[in-house]
Amino acid sequence: MAKPKKIIKPAVKFLQKCPTGITGLDEITGGGLPLGRPTLVCGSAGCGKTLLAMEFLVHGAVEYREPGVFIAFEETAEDLAKNVASLGFDLKALIARKKLAVDYVFIERSEIEETGEYDLEGLFIRLGNAIDTIGAKRVVLDTVEALFSGLPNPAILRAELRRLFRWLKDKCVTAIITGERGEGTLTRYGIEEYVSDCVIVLDHRIIDQTATRRLRVAKYRGSVHGTNEYPFLIDAQGISVLPVTSLGLNHKVSQERVPSGILRLDTMLGGKGYFRGSSILISGTAGSGKTSVAAHFADAACRRGERCLSFLFEEAPNQVLRNMRSIGVNLEPWVKKGLLRFHAARPSLYGLEMHLAVTIRAINQFKPSVVIVDPISSFSTTDNSFEAKAMLIRLVDFLKVKGITVLLTNLTSAGTALEHTEAEISSLIDTWLLLREIELNGERNRGMYVLKSRGMAHSNQIREFRLTGHGVELTDVYIGACGVLTGSARLAQEAREKAEELAAMHDAEQQQAALERKRHALEAQITALRAEFAANEVEAKRLILQSEQRQESMVKERQEMEHSRRADPATAAGRNKK
Amino acid sequence: MTDTTAEFEKLLAKSSKGTYDLRLYVTGSTRKSKLAIKNIKQLCETHLKGRYNLTVVDLYQTPEAARDEQVIVAPTLVKKLPPPLRRLIGDLSNSSRVLLALDIKQEDE
Repeated sequence: MAKPKKIIKPAVKFLQKCPTGITGLDEITGGGLPLGRPTLVCGSAGCGKTLLAMEFLVHGAVEYREPGVFIAFEETAEDLAKNVASLGFDLKALIARKKLAVDYVFIERSEIEETGEYDLEGLFIRLGNAIDTIGAKRVVLDTVEALFSGLPNPAILRAELRRLFRWLKDKCVTAIITGERGEGTLTRYGIEEYVSDCVIVLDHRIIDQTATRRLRVAKYRGSVHGTNEYPFLIDAQGISVLPVTSLGLNHKVSQERVPSGILRLDTMLGGKGYFRGSSILISGTAGSGKTSVAAHFADAACRRGERCLSFLFEEAPNQVLRNMRSIGVNLEPWVKKGLLRFHAARPSLYGLEMHLAVTIRAINQFKPSVVIVDPISSFSTTDNSFEAKAMLIRLVDFLKVKGITVLLTNLTSAGTALEHTEAEISSLIDTWLLLREIELNGERNRGMYVLKSRGMAHSNQIREFRLTGHGVELTDVYIGACGVLTGSARLAQEAREKAEELAAMHDAEQQQAALERKRHALEAQITALRAEFAANEVEAKRLILQSEQRQESMVKERQEMEHSRRADPATAAGRNKK
Repeated sequence: MTDTTAEFEKLLAKSSKGTYDLRLYVTGSTRKSKLAIKNIKQLCETHLKGRYNLTVVDLYQTPEAARDEQVIVAPTLVKKLPPPLRRLIGDLSNSSRVLLALDIKQEDE
């Protein structure tokens, strides 16, 4: 076999990329912006164009040793420096170190009078001079369309801009040109026509009164790129784009098991607990103890010395700490040790995408091995269930790729099937525990069972789920002739059974006693009879003896009498014989 | 008193008429550059003879001037004095517009 690798050589050079250094953007674009070519970044006002462009330059200057030129048409250099200072960018220092040049182009329409044919050679010279002075590799023109409002004769401007972009290419600088979004077109003056290599569209959309920033690579000539809309954040660390949708299903799976923190629950799950890196859903109606199960899991993770990040969307961290203390789960030491961190936010604080973005960033920062989301149902409103599902899929995928075990809780509203999750994410879930309310005899009890648990032998039994002063306890429910009983019904049934048993035992004892008594009576009778017999016997013997004696004495007397009569012995003897 | 006021008026009129400070920024010897230089020289000689100060700056020679003077368009004629500051862009071939922008009264007509 010949070596095919040596034969096939790429005849053309692949497009080289220029890394932006912006979290996530390089991932989507497969390495960055097209090297040595202009890229158009467009979007409506306030969507972060200038910031993205500035970050591109600052990262280039600081991390990639590529100095940059910022041509500002809208803001002065001072304003720009002030605006980005909040992100930790020190423009003045960079300018002083010749890593960055900022040139503010000021056009005052009222001062200008057109008197004939003109060109933009002045701008070219300015830009060229700035590039050459610091040896710039990156250029930003923000917003070049300001020329249209400042200068007359758009026809000349268009021709000149086309020349400018070609000139930038010739200069081999990677450029970002920003443009304001127009009606029906990407930019107000249609300059996307001239920048055809790469177009990035930024968007700041408001849905349900919550705003979400999104980024999309609309075009990238000569390169594959993510085509979705990706949410992005602007915060103290600058822009971060979150390409969560680019995840697949080819993550590694672990055979390792992690205890749930509840002994009997582990028993139900094949004796060992959940799989590491799996997704666990606990669903149940309000007050069924979902958070408590989650708290046990968090506690168990921290006990093992692992980090746990808990996202709370309905309760404040302190409230959770207090409530869990009441069932004997003290999470406070873990918070102090830094093993447990809470991240509380109202679902309505920002849009779903933003929540996802914030969640993922928090996970990337804290690097937990266990993540708890309590509850996921608060994301779903009637009209965004699709988006909520999409978001959760992405979150669960992300966590699975990272090998993080995630425990989600889901509030099932009363009246719907318990197996129904608002976001319809059951297919995502590896282990699904159901907390069920059992109403019987005027009281409410909790039951728990394992609805499904992928990849392990699990119990099919309903266990009674009790919240005690020392944590969650699972007890066997009463299963007997009367069905499944829990709570006081179970206790009553158990008591009743005990009483019956006792009564039966009592009966037997009584029978035994009666028998004994009878025996005693009979024995007494026998003794009495025997005694009577003995008495009779004695009497009889005495009478026999008396009669014998009497006879004896009669014989004796007769003999004496004969003797005294001196009777014939023969006669006497004959009489005696008779 | 009236004397001094009249004097002042006279001085004012003289100064506004007298000192035209003009700068023309061009880019080398392009067609537009040459045309602009020719046009402004002609115009100054006709209307501002003896009371103007014209400097022609080649941006290729002094590129910093473009930034310092906020020039992006070539050719650009900047009227520094008398106020207000005006920027005339283009090759200055539309002379009536140039005169208007430079605030030169066409006394001939």
